[in-house]
Amino acid sequence: MRFLKRFYVALVMLFLYLPIGVLILYSFNASKSRSVWSGFSLRWYRDLFSNELILTSLYNTIVVALCASVIAAILGTAAAMGIYSIRNRWFKSMIMNVTYMPILNPEIVMGVSLLLLFVSVNQIGAGISAATGIPMPELNLGYLTLVIAHVTFCTPYVILNVLPKLRQMDKYVYEAALDLGCSPVMAFFKVIIPEIMPGMATGFLMALTYSVDDFIISYFVSSATSQTLPVTIGAMVRKRISPEINALSAIIFVVVLVVLLIINLSALRKERLLQKKQGGAAG
Amino acid sequence: MKFRYASLPYLVWSAVFVLVPLGLVAVFAFTTQDGAFTIDNIARVSNYTPVFMRSVWLAVLATAICLGMGYPLAYLMSRMNGVSQRTMVMLIMLPMWINFLLRTYAWMTLLENNGVINSLLRALGFGTVRMINTQGAVVLGMVYNYLPFMILPLYSIMTKIDNRVIEAAQDLGANPFLVFSRVIFPLSIPGISTGVTMVFVPSISTFIISRMLGGGSNMLIGDLIDAQFLGNAYNPNLGAAISMVLMVFILMVMSIFNQFDDSEDREGMLI
Repeated sequence: MRFLKRFYVALVMLFLYLPIGVLILYSFNASKSRSVWSGFSLRWYRDLFSNELILTSLYNTIVVALCASVIAAILGTAAAMGIYSIRNRWFKSMIMNVTYMPILNPEIVMGVSLLLLFVSVNQIGAGISAATGIPMPELNLGYLTLVIAHVTFCTPYVILNVLPKLRQMDKYVYEAALDLGCSPVMAFFKVIIPEIMPGMATGFLMALTYSVDDFIISYFVSSATSQTLPVTIGAMVRKRISPEINALSAIIFVVVLVVLLIINLSALRKERLLQKKQGGAAG
Repeated sequence: MKFRYASLPYLVWSAVFVLVPLGLVAVFAFTTQDGAFTIDNIARVSNYTPVFMRSVWLAVLATAICLGMGYPLAYLMSRMNGVSQRTMVMLIMLPMWINFLLRTYAWMTLLENNGVINSLLRALGFGTVRMINTQGAVVLGMVYNYLPFMILPLYSIMTKIDNRVIEAAQDLGANPFLVFSRVIFPLSIPGISTGVTMVFVPSISTFIISRMLGGGSNMLIGDLIDAQFLGNAYNPNLGAAISMVLMVFILMVMSIFNQFDDSEDREGMLI
C-alpha cells in the first residue's frame, strides 16, 4: 500500500516534469531542431544575450508587470478597506460579484471585451475630432492598454488577500490609536498597514506572477512594439520557437527553484528551532 | 471605521474596464458593422454547433481526467507530514513558472511522429503511434496545463479534514469504501466544485493549445473567437456574439454546479 502511494505520487510528478525536462534538455541541443538531438552545446545560452526580440520582450514584461502589480496593490488595498467598511449587505455582495468577474470569466472573453473597449474609444475619439475639429488623444494598443488590462485582472487577487486580514484584525486597536491622539492617517499607517501587510504582500506577488505569465489577455491588447514575453512566444509557436527561449526558461526555472528551496529550508529551520525551544521548556 | 470611500477608485475602475467592456460585447453581438440592430450574429453562432460540441466534450473529458488524477493525489498529500506537504505544494506550483506555451511546445516534441516517445517505442520494437494532431493530444494538453488548478483547491479543503473523524468512522466499523463515501467525499465537495470550475472554464475557452497539439482540424470555440478578432476571418460582431454565447453557457454551468456547494464564503476559492 505504501509502495503504491509512492508510485502514484511519482507517476504524477513524472507527468508534470517530463515536458520541463525535455525543454531544459533541448536548450543544450547543438542544432535548432526541436526533436533531433545533435550534441551538447551552450550556443543558445550565448545567443540569448544578443537576441534583441527576446530581450526587448523580457524588458516589456518586467516593466508592465511591475507597473500593473504596484497599481493593483494600491487600488486593491484601498478597495478592500472600503469593502470592509461598507455596511449595506446588498451593495457589498454586488461589489464582491464584480470582483469575482475577472477571475471567473474566461480570459479570452476578458481580452476580447477590453480590445472592443479600446477600439471603440478610439473610434468615438476620431468621431468627435472629425465633428468638432478638436484633436482627441488616441488610445493605441501598447504599454498603456497592457497595464490597464493587467491591473484589471490583478486587482481582485489583492482584494481577496487583503480582506481576510482586515476581518482578522482587532478594530479596537485602531480606535485606541485614535483615542491616544493619532490622526486617522497616522493610525492607518501605524496600525492597519502592519496588520494587513502579509495579505498585501501575497496579493502583490500573485499579481506579479499572473501578470508575468499572462498570454491570452495580453495577446489581444498589445501591439507589435509592446509585446510581452508570452505574446512573443505565442507568435513564435505558430512558426518555429527559437531555442534561445528554451535557454531563457531553463534559467528562470532554476532561479525560481533555488528561491523556493531557500524559502522552504529557512522555514523548516525556524520550525525545528521552535520545536527544540518548546521541547526544552517542557522538559 | 470611515474608509467607505476608499473603494471608490476601484469601483470606477471596474465599471470602466470590466462592466463597460462586457456591455460592449453585448452591443457588438447585436449590431451589424454599420451599427444597426440585428440578431443575425447570434443566429449565425448556430452554424458552429459542431465546434461548440467538440469544445464542451473535450473540456468535460479534461475536467473528469483532472479530477480522477488529482483527487487521490490531493488526498495523499493532505495525509503527509508538514514538511512533505509543503514540498509537494511547491513541486506542483513550480511548473507553472514556465509559460504554458513552452510546456505545451515541449509536449509537441514528445508526441510527434518522430518525437521522443515514438522513437522510444520504435527502439523497443513497437510501431509508430500517431499521437500529435489528435483530440487525445488536445485533452492531454488541457489536463497537463490545468491539473494544478484541480489539485490545489482539493488539497486545501482536504487538509482541513481531521484525521480523528476518519479514525472515528473506522472505529465505528465503517469499511474503507464507507469511510470514503460517508466521510471524506462529502467533506471534500467544496474543493471539488472549485477545482472543477477552475479546470472547466479555461479548458472550454482555450485557443492555442488546440492549435498546437490538435493541428488544424480540431478547432475549438477559442480558436473561432480568435479568428474573428485577430485572425483572417475578421468579423468582430460575430466574434462578440460567439463570446457572449460562451459566457452565458459557462455562467449556466457554473450556477448549476454551485448548487452542490452550499458553503457560505467563497473566499478560499483560489487562495
